[in-house]
Amino acid sequence: MEQLLNPWPWYISGPLIALVMALLLYFGKTFGMSSNLRTMCAIGGAGKFSDFFKMNWKDSAWNLVVVLGAIIGGYIAVNYLSNGSITNLNPTTISELKELGFNNSGQTLVPDEMFNLEALTSVKGFVLLIIGGLLVGFGTRYANGCTSGHAITGLSSLQRPSLIAVIGFFLGGLLMTNFILPLIF
Amino acid sequence: MKYLKFLLVGVVFGIVLVKSEAVSWYRIYEMFRFQSFHMYGIIGTAIASGILFLQLAKRSKLKSIKGADIFAPKKEKGFTRYIIGGSIFGLGWALIGACPGPMYILLGTGVYSMLIVIAAAILGTFIYGLLKNKLPH
Repeated sequence: MEQLLNPWPWYISGPLIALVMALLLYFGKTFGMSSNLRTMCAIGGAGKFSDFFKMNWKDSAWNLVVVLGAIIGGYIAVNYLSNGSITNLNPTTISELKELGFNNSGQTLVPDEMFNLEALTSVKGFVLLIIGGLLVGFGTRYANGCTSGHAITGLSSLQRPSLIAVIGFFLGGLLMTNFILPLIF
Repeated sequence: MKYLKFLLVGVVFGIVLVKSEAVSWYRIYEMFRFQSFHMYGIIGTAIASGILFLQLAKRSKLKSIKGADIFAPKKEKGFTRYIIGGSIFGLGWALIGACPGPMYILLGTGVYSMLIVIAAAILGTFIYGLLKNKLPH
Protein backbone atom coordinates (compact mmCIF):
# COMPACT_ATOMS: atom_id res chain seq x y z
CA MET A 1 0.00 0.00 0.00
CA GLU A 2 2.83 2.36 0.89
CA GLN A 3 4.26 1.76 -2.60
CA LEU A 4 0.97 2.86 -4.11
CA LEU A 5 0.77 6.04 -2.04
CA ASN A 6 4.36 7.08 -2.67
CA PRO A 7 5.28 8.68 -6.00
CA TRP A 8 5.57 5.99 -8.67
CA PRO A 9 8.96 5.33 -10.28
CA TRP A 10 9.49 6.23 -13.93
CA TYR A 11 9.86 2.60 -15.04
CA ILE A 12 6.32 1.87 -13.79
CA SER A 13 4.78 5.12 -15.00
CA GLY A 14 6.14 5.06 -18.57
CA PRO A 15 4.71 1.63 -19.45
CA LEU A 16 1.37 2.63 -17.86
CA ILE A 17 1.18 5.67 -20.14
CA ALA A 18 1.81 3.31 -23.07
CA LEU A 19 -1.04 1.16 -21.71
CA VAL A 20 -3.39 4.17 -21.96
CA MET A 21 -2.36 4.59 -25.60
CA ALA A 22 -2.76 0.84 -26.24
CA LEU A 23 -6.26 0.78 -24.71
CA LEU A 24 -7.42 3.74 -26.77
CA LEU A 25 -6.08 2.15 -29.98
CA TYR A 26 -7.72 -1.14 -28.99
CA PHE A 27 -11.00 0.74 -28.57
CA GLY A 28 -10.59 1.95 -32.14
CA LYS A 29 -9.56 5.49 -31.16
CA THR A 30 -6.29 7.31 -30.63
CA PHE A 31 -4.30 8.96 -27.85
CA GLY A 32 -4.35 12.71 -28.50
CA MET A 33 -5.30 15.12 -25.78
CA SER A 34 -4.91 18.40 -27.68
CA SER A 35 -7.65 17.41 -30.16
CA ASN A 36 -10.11 18.24 -27.40
CA LEU A 37 -9.23 21.91 -27.67
CA ARG A 38 -10.35 21.88 -31.30
CA THR A 39 -13.50 19.99 -30.38
CA MET A 40 -14.32 22.59 -27.74
CA CYS A 41 -13.88 25.34 -30.35
CA ALA A 42 -16.29 23.47 -32.62
CA ILE A 43 -18.84 23.10 -29.82
CA GLY A 44 -18.52 26.82 -29.11
CA GLY A 45 -19.49 27.64 -32.69
CA ALA A 46 -16.03 28.33 -34.13
CA GLY A 47 -17.17 26.70 -37.39
CA LYS A 48 -18.78 30.05 -38.25
CA PHE A 49 -15.32 31.60 -38.41
CA SER A 50 -13.15 28.88 -39.90
CA ASP A 51 -13.75 25.69 -41.85
CA PHE A 52 -11.11 24.10 -39.62
CA PHE A 53 -13.81 23.83 -36.95
CA LYS A 54 -16.56 22.55 -39.23
CA MET A 55 -16.61 19.06 -37.82
CA ASN A 56 -19.14 16.79 -36.26
CA TRP A 57 -17.97 17.17 -32.69
CA LYS A 58 -20.14 14.29 -31.54
CA ASP A 59 -17.64 11.98 -33.24
CA SER A 60 -15.05 13.31 -30.79
CA ALA A 61 -17.26 13.13 -27.71
CA TRP A 62 -15.40 9.99 -26.56
CA ASN A 63 -12.24 12.11 -26.19
CA LEU A 64 -14.05 14.66 -24.04
CA VAL A 65 -15.09 11.76 -21.84
CA VAL A 66 -11.40 10.81 -21.53
CA VAL A 67 -10.76 14.40 -20.39
CA LEU A 68 -13.53 14.14 -17.81
CA GLY A 69 -11.99 10.89 -16.58
CA ALA A 70 -8.55 12.53 -16.41
CA ILE A 71 -9.95 15.31 -14.20
CA ILE A 72 -11.54 12.69 -11.93
CA GLY A 73 -8.28 10.70 -11.95
CA GLY A 74 -6.38 13.79 -10.82
CA TYR A 75 -8.86 14.26 -7.99
CA ILE A 76 -8.62 10.61 -6.90
CA ALA A 77 -4.82 10.60 -7.06
CA VAL A 78 -4.32 13.56 -4.72
CA ASN A 79 -7.19 12.81 -2.36
CA TYR A 80 -7.07 9.02 -2.02
CA LEU A 81 -3.74 7.82 -3.41
CA SER A 82 -1.28 10.23 -1.84
CA ASN A 83 0.54 10.43 1.46
CA GLY A 84 1.63 14.02 1.09
CA SER A 85 5.15 13.08 0.08
CA ILE A 86 7.05 15.83 -1.68
CA THR A 87 8.63 15.64 -5.13
CA ASN A 88 12.19 14.39 -4.85
CA LEU A 89 13.81 17.12 -6.93
CA ASN A 90 17.49 17.60 -7.61
CA PRO A 91 18.85 19.92 -4.84
CA THR A 92 20.46 22.02 -7.59
CA THR A 93 17.02 22.55 -9.12
CA ILE A 94 15.62 23.64 -5.76
CA SER A 95 18.41 26.15 -5.07
CA GLU A 96 18.24 27.51 -8.62
CA LEU A 97 14.53 28.03 -8.32
CA LYS A 98 15.00 29.72 -4.97
CA GLU A 99 17.23 32.27 -6.63
CA LEU A 100 14.49 32.91 -9.19
CA GLY A 101 12.07 33.50 -6.31
CA PHE A 102 10.35 30.11 -6.12
CA ASN A 103 10.18 28.87 -2.55
CA ASN A 104 8.83 25.46 -1.46
CA SER A 105 9.87 23.77 -4.71
CA GLY A 106 8.44 20.26 -4.98
CA GLN A 107 6.09 20.57 -2.03
CA THR A 108 3.16 21.06 -4.36
CA LEU A 109 2.60 20.05 -7.99
CA VAL A 110 2.73 23.62 -9.28
CA PRO A 111 4.42 26.71 -7.81
CA ASP A 112 2.19 28.96 -5.71
CA GLU A 113 4.15 31.86 -7.16
CA MET A 114 2.42 31.24 -10.50
CA PHE A 115 -0.84 29.51 -9.69
CA ASN A 116 -2.27 30.67 -6.36
CA LEU A 117 -5.01 33.26 -6.01
CA GLU A 118 -2.54 36.04 -5.39
CA ALA A 119 -0.69 35.25 -8.63
CA LEU A 120 -3.94 34.84 -10.53
CA THR A 121 -5.14 38.28 -9.47
CA SER A 122 -1.85 40.02 -10.25
CA VAL A 123 -1.36 41.43 -13.75
CA LYS A 124 1.90 39.55 -14.30
CA GLY A 125 0.55 36.24 -13.01
CA PHE A 126 -2.63 36.46 -15.05
CA VAL A 127 -0.82 37.47 -18.24
CA LEU A 128 1.65 34.57 -17.87
CA LEU A 129 -1.17 32.04 -17.56
CA ILE A 130 -2.85 33.49 -20.65
CA ILE A 131 0.36 33.57 -22.69
CA GLY A 132 1.24 30.01 -21.66
CA GLY A 133 -2.20 28.74 -22.60
CA LEU A 134 -2.17 30.57 -25.93
CA LEU A 135 1.25 29.14 -26.83
CA VAL A 136 0.18 25.61 -25.96
CA GLY A 137 -3.16 25.83 -27.76
CA PHE A 138 -1.78 27.50 -30.87
CA GLY A 139 1.43 25.47 -31.03
CA THR A 140 -0.14 22.10 -30.55
CA ARG A 141 -2.63 22.58 -33.34
CA TYR A 142 -0.04 24.06 -35.67
CA ALA A 143 2.20 21.05 -34.94
CA ASN A 144 -0.82 18.74 -35.26
CA GLY A 145 -0.35 17.11 -31.88
CA CYS A 146 1.09 17.40 -28.40
CA THR A 147 3.00 15.14 -26.04
CA SER A 148 0.46 12.33 -26.27
CA GLY A 149 -0.04 12.47 -30.04
CA HIS A 150 3.56 13.09 -31.10
CA ALA A 151 5.97 12.14 -28.30
CA ILE A 152 4.13 8.98 -27.23
CA THR A 153 1.97 7.79 -30.14
CA GLY A 154 4.00 9.26 -32.99
CA LEU A 155 7.37 8.11 -31.74
CA SER A 156 6.00 4.70 -30.74
CA SER A 157 4.98 4.26 -34.37
CA LEU A 158 8.37 5.59 -35.55
CA GLN A 159 7.01 8.54 -37.51
CA ARG A 160 9.37 11.18 -38.79
CA PRO A 161 6.94 14.12 -38.48
CA SER A 162 6.56 13.32 -34.78
CA LEU A 163 10.31 13.26 -34.28
CA ILE A 164 10.53 16.73 -35.85
CA ALA A 165 7.68 17.93 -33.64
CA VAL A 166 9.33 16.55 -30.49
CA ILE A 167 12.61 18.25 -31.45
CA GLY A 168 10.52 21.43 -31.72
CA PHE A 169 8.99 20.79 -28.27
CA PHE A 170 12.49 20.65 -26.85
CA LEU A 171 13.77 23.68 -28.75
CA GLY A 172 10.91 25.74 -27.36
CA GLY A 173 11.10 24.19 -23.90
CA LEU A 174 14.85 24.66 -23.56
CA LEU A 175 14.56 28.26 -24.72
CA MET A 176 11.82 29.02 -22.20
CA THR A 177 13.34 27.31 -19.19
CA ASN A 178 16.96 28.32 -19.74
CA PHE A 179 16.65 31.80 -21.17
CA ILE A 180 13.16 33.29 -20.86
CA LEU A 181 12.11 32.14 -17.36
CA PRO A 182 15.18 33.77 -15.77
CA LEU A 183 14.16 37.03 -17.48
CA ILE A 184 10.57 36.80 -16.26
CA PHE A 185 11.36 35.89 -12.65
CA MET B 1 -22.60 2.75 -21.56
CA LYS B 2 -20.23 2.82 -24.52
CA TYR B 3 -18.54 5.86 -22.97
CA LEU B 4 -17.77 4.20 -19.64
CA LYS B 5 -14.56 2.60 -20.91
CA PHE B 6 -13.29 5.99 -22.05
CA LEU B 7 -14.08 7.48 -18.68
CA LEU B 8 -12.10 4.71 -16.99
CA VAL B 9 -9.14 5.11 -19.34
CA GLY B 10 -9.18 8.82 -18.52
CA VAL B 11 -9.22 8.07 -14.79
CA VAL B 12 -6.21 5.74 -15.16
CA PHE B 13 -4.41 8.38 -17.24
CA GLY B 14 -5.08 11.06 -14.62
CA ILE B 15 -3.90 8.87 -11.75
CA VAL B 16 -0.75 7.73 -13.56
CA LEU B 17 0.24 11.26 -14.51
CA VAL B 18 -0.17 12.54 -10.96
CA LYS B 19 1.54 9.58 -9.30
CA SER B 20 4.43 9.72 -11.78
CA GLU B 21 4.76 13.46 -11.05
CA ALA B 22 4.62 14.12 -14.80
CA VAL B 23 2.07 16.86 -14.02
CA SER B 24 4.57 18.61 -11.74
CA TRP B 25 5.70 22.02 -12.99
CA TYR B 26 9.00 21.37 -11.19
CA ARG B 27 9.61 18.09 -13.01
CA ILE B 28 9.23 19.85 -16.36
CA TYR B 29 11.64 22.57 -15.25
CA GLU B 30 14.10 19.93 -14.08
CA MET B 31 13.79 18.09 -17.39
CA PHE B 32 14.56 21.18 -19.47
CA ARG B 33 17.55 21.92 -17.22
CA PHE B 34 18.79 18.31 -17.62
CA GLN B 35 18.94 18.01 -13.85
CA SER B 36 17.03 14.77 -13.50
CA PHE B 37 16.52 11.56 -15.42
CA HIS B 38 12.95 11.15 -14.13
CA MET B 39 10.97 12.63 -17.05
CA TYR B 40 13.31 11.11 -19.63
CA GLY B 41 12.76 7.76 -17.94
CA ILE B 42 8.99 8.14 -18.13
CA ILE B 43 8.89 9.29 -21.74
CA GLY B 44 11.58 6.78 -22.78
CA THR B 45 9.89 3.75 -21.23
CA ALA B 46 6.49 4.91 -22.52
CA ILE B 47 7.86 5.04 -26.08
CA ALA B 48 9.74 1.73 -25.71
CA SER B 49 6.58 0.02 -24.40
CA GLY B 50 4.53 1.70 -27.12
CA ILE B 51 6.87 0.44 -29.85
CA LEU B 52 6.68 -3.07 -28.37
CA PHE B 53 2.88 -2.97 -28.24
CA LEU B 54 2.46 -1.69 -31.80
CA GLN B 55 4.92 -4.25 -33.18
CA LEU B 56 3.28 -7.12 -31.30
CA ALA B 57 -0.18 -5.93 -32.36
CA LYS B 58 0.97 -5.88 -35.98
CA ARG B 59 2.63 -9.29 -35.90
CA SER B 60 -0.17 -11.02 -34.04
CA LYS B 61 -2.73 -9.24 -36.24
CA LEU B 62 -4.51 -8.00 -33.14
CA LYS B 63 -7.82 -6.33 -33.98
CA SER B 64 -9.52 -3.44 -32.24
CA ILE B 65 -12.96 -4.03 -30.69
CA LYS B 66 -14.32 -2.72 -33.99
CA GLY B 67 -12.52 -5.49 -35.87
CA ALA B 68 -10.02 -3.19 -37.58
CA ASP B 69 -6.22 -3.43 -37.59
CA ILE B 70 -4.49 -1.63 -34.76
CA PHE B 71 -2.14 1.13 -35.90
CA ALA B 72 -1.27 4.67 -34.93
CA PRO B 73 -2.75 7.36 -37.19
CA LYS B 74 -0.33 8.54 -39.87
CA LYS B 75 0.87 12.12 -39.51
CA GLU B 76 1.07 14.05 -42.76
CA LYS B 77 4.54 14.57 -44.18
CA GLY B 78 6.10 17.94 -43.60
CA PHE B 79 8.71 19.89 -41.73
CA THR B 80 7.80 23.54 -41.20
CA ARG B 81 4.61 23.06 -39.23
CA TYR B 82 6.19 20.45 -36.98
CA ILE B 83 9.31 22.40 -36.11
CA ILE B 84 7.64 25.82 -35.72
CA GLY B 85 4.41 24.59 -34.17
CA GLY B 86 6.38 22.24 -31.94
CA SER B 87 8.65 25.05 -30.75
CA ILE B 88 5.70 27.30 -29.96
CA PHE B 89 4.12 24.46 -28.03
CA GLY B 90 7.40 23.83 -26.19
CA LEU B 91 7.58 27.46 -25.06
CA GLY B 92 4.13 27.15 -23.51
CA TRP B 93 4.80 23.69 -22.08
CA ALA B 94 7.88 24.90 -20.21
CA LEU B 95 6.20 28.09 -19.00
CA ILE B 96 3.02 26.49 -17.68
CA GLY B 97 4.67 23.17 -16.86
CA ALA B 98 1.72 21.36 -18.35
CA CYS B 99 0.73 20.07 -21.76
CA PRO B 100 -2.94 19.56 -22.75
CA GLY B 101 -3.47 16.33 -20.72
CA PRO B 102 -1.96 17.58 -17.45
CA MET B 103 -3.88 20.89 -17.72
CA TYR B 104 -7.11 19.00 -17.11
CA ILE B 105 -5.58 16.60 -14.62
CA LEU B 106 -4.19 19.50 -12.56
CA LEU B 107 -7.64 21.05 -12.55
CA GLY B 108 -8.83 17.83 -10.92
CA THR B 109 -6.07 18.04 -8.32
CA GLY B 110 -7.42 21.45 -7.31
CA VAL B 111 -5.27 23.86 -9.33
CA TYR B 112 -8.20 26.04 -10.39
CA SER B 113 -5.99 28.60 -12.15
CA MET B 114 -5.73 25.97 -14.88
CA LEU B 115 -9.21 27.05 -16.00
CA ILE B 116 -7.62 30.27 -17.25
CA VAL B 117 -4.85 28.32 -18.99
CA ILE B 118 -7.37 25.94 -20.60
CA ALA B 119 -9.52 28.85 -21.77
CA ALA B 120 -6.43 30.50 -23.26
CA ALA B 121 -5.42 27.22 -24.91
CA ILE B 122 -8.85 26.93 -26.51
CA LEU B 123 -8.46 30.52 -27.72
CA GLY B 124 -4.98 29.67 -29.06
CA THR B 125 -6.43 26.76 -31.03
CA PHE B 126 -9.15 29.06 -32.33
CA ILE B 127 -6.55 31.60 -33.48
CA TYR B 128 -4.71 28.80 -35.30
CA GLY B 129 -7.96 27.91 -37.06
CA LEU B 130 -8.35 31.53 -38.20
CA LEU B 131 -4.77 31.81 -39.45
CA LYS B 132 -4.35 28.26 -40.75
CA ASN B 133 -4.43 29.11 -44.45
CA LYS B 134 -1.92 31.93 -44.06
CA LEU B 135 0.68 29.91 -42.16
CA PRO B 136 3.48 27.89 -43.76
CA HIS B 137 2.93 24.16 -43.21
